[in-house]
Amino acid sequence: MHSRRLSRVVREAGVGYLFVLPAVVIFAIFVFYPLVKTAYLGFFATPPTPNLPARYVGLSQYRSVFSSADFRDSLWRTVQFVLYTVPGGLVLGLALATLANQRMAGIRIFRTIFSSTVATSTAVASVIFFTLLDPQVGLLSYWLGQRGGSGVLQSSSLALPAVSVVTIWQNIGFTFILMSAALQSVPDDLLEAARIDGAASWTRFRRIILPLLSPMIFFAVIIGVIGGFQAFGQIDILTQGGPNHHTLVLIYDLYQQAFQYNNAGYAAVLSVALFSILLVLTFVQFWYFQRRVFYVQ
Amino acid sequence: MTVVVGFPIYITLVNALLSPHQIGARPPTLFPTHPQWGSFATAFSEAHMGIYLRNSAIVTVIITTAQLVTSILAGYAFAFVRFPFQRTIFMICLATLMVPMEATIIPNYETIEAFGWFNSFPALVVPFLATGLGAFLFRQSFLGLPRDLRDAATLDGYGHLRFLTRVVLPLNRPVIAAFGIFAFLGAWNQYLWPLIVTQTNSVRTVQIGLRQLSTTNFNQINVVFAGTLLAALPIFVLLLVFQKQLVRGLTAGAVKG
Repeated sequence: MHSRRLSRVVREAGVGYLFVLPAVVIFAIFVFYPLVKTAYLGFFATPPTPNLPARYVGLSQYRSVFSSADFRDSLWRTVQFVLYTVPGGLVLGLALATLANQRMAGIRIFRTIFSSTVATSTAVASVIFFTLLDPQVGLLSYWLGQRGGSGVLQSSSLALPAVSVVTIWQNIGFTFILMSAALQSVPDDLLEAARIDGAASWTRFRRIILPLLSPMIFFAVIIGVIGGFQAFGQIDILTQGGPNHHTLVLIYDLYQQAFQYNNAGYAAVLSVALFSILLVLTFVQFWYFQRRVFYVQ
Repeated sequence: MTVVVGFPIYITLVNALLSPHQIGARPPTLFPTHPQWGSFATAFSEAHMGIYLRNSAIVTVIITTAQLVTSILAGYAFAFVRFPFQRTIFMICLATLMVPMEATIIPNYETIEAFGWFNSFPALVVPFLATGLGAFLFRQSFLGLPRDLRDAATLDGYGHLRFLTRVVLPLNRPVIAAFGIFAFLGAWNQYLWPLIVTQTNSVRTVQIGLRQLSTTNFNQINVVFAGTLLAALPIFVLLLVFQKQLVRGLTAGAVKG
């Protein structure tokens, strides 16, 4: 009797381990091992020629990178990119969702158009704008009066804003869908009661809709900020970090150092920086969801 | 606003149907009176978009299927099976959510090379066969099922596998669909990793192929526009067919069950 119960417990545990095994193996090889290895690589300076062994330099590489002007510049450009894309995208997405939330004939067509950019990947959006902004044949450059001259993407002051606009456009469908879902969950009778009480439409928006939307807005902001720090494809297709480093954000710097300049040690330090920043942001996200539980739909 | 959002896609379609000469002409042509559909065929075959789309389809289907399977199994184990260190292993799965793939690409690239997988499908697929988010979502969703259900199933002599396939999965179809779409979009839209681990057209995914197309075929700009549309088409169809599930999938991270 006793041994049969024991064997059942063992069998139960066997099933449990069997079920989690595939995930755990993948995580061990492709998440945790490389995470530790990245931090470790940061202790080694990459030799000037490929055949020499990497030299152990301890924390000095971390110190020198974090205090360098190059690092501060690429971090600042990343923050700028986030500051351009997140608030802009949010306001636009909210505006579109508010417009599309009205009961009107043919509103479905507008909803489809507004959410259509969900179908465009970063590469699709970037190639579309890359051709539209081309100084020779691009329609947008023509309308911006820049035909033949150097284009927007070649301008040191306009390149980062241009990349941001492309990013906002690509994300607008996603933001629109998020905000629409949240708007539809606002109870009609609440708005009706406010209307009867004489609240103007702006007051209703500010006092009722916006507070009820705040969890979703926070979600969109944190997703946007995290996504902003990971934005890579648009930089790669539109500017490659140029002109003259003006769109060289943290992740693009990391990519170039690791895979174009073969400077793995330096890139590993940048990886650790990127990881730390995203870790803090993810914690903020977790902490928020611990406190506020809400449902979509 | 509608124009601002819709115009880039509209003009891409128009330009795909014009000749390169017309595209460069000013004032610009905003409606194709003599549409030339040949650019799509050229993009598909000569510009290799057909191969890129096939590669992306293979990679995306494998990743999505595998993530569904590994996540459902792990989520089930966390919700319904008792085993030592269950909580610890769950926390480990949860912790992967905090490690962005971008921060680990250097060692992962080395691993892929050490396995001899550079420029191959395993390189594109294997690192993404499991995801912590999936395990987490399915655990939450499974825990929402009434406890009596498991007890009743046990009385009926159901083992774990039968309970999972006959009871848990049918009752969780919406979550499965939502997560499936989420995983599909994530796999289809990948950029940085495929860029690093692929080198030839035979394995390039559509995102990387599109980058290739835009940099090499600029003299045939109508083909670039056509290729861009071909790259967006599968997801656009998905959007139209699975609109409801897509919304749930995209907001998956916001749902805490």
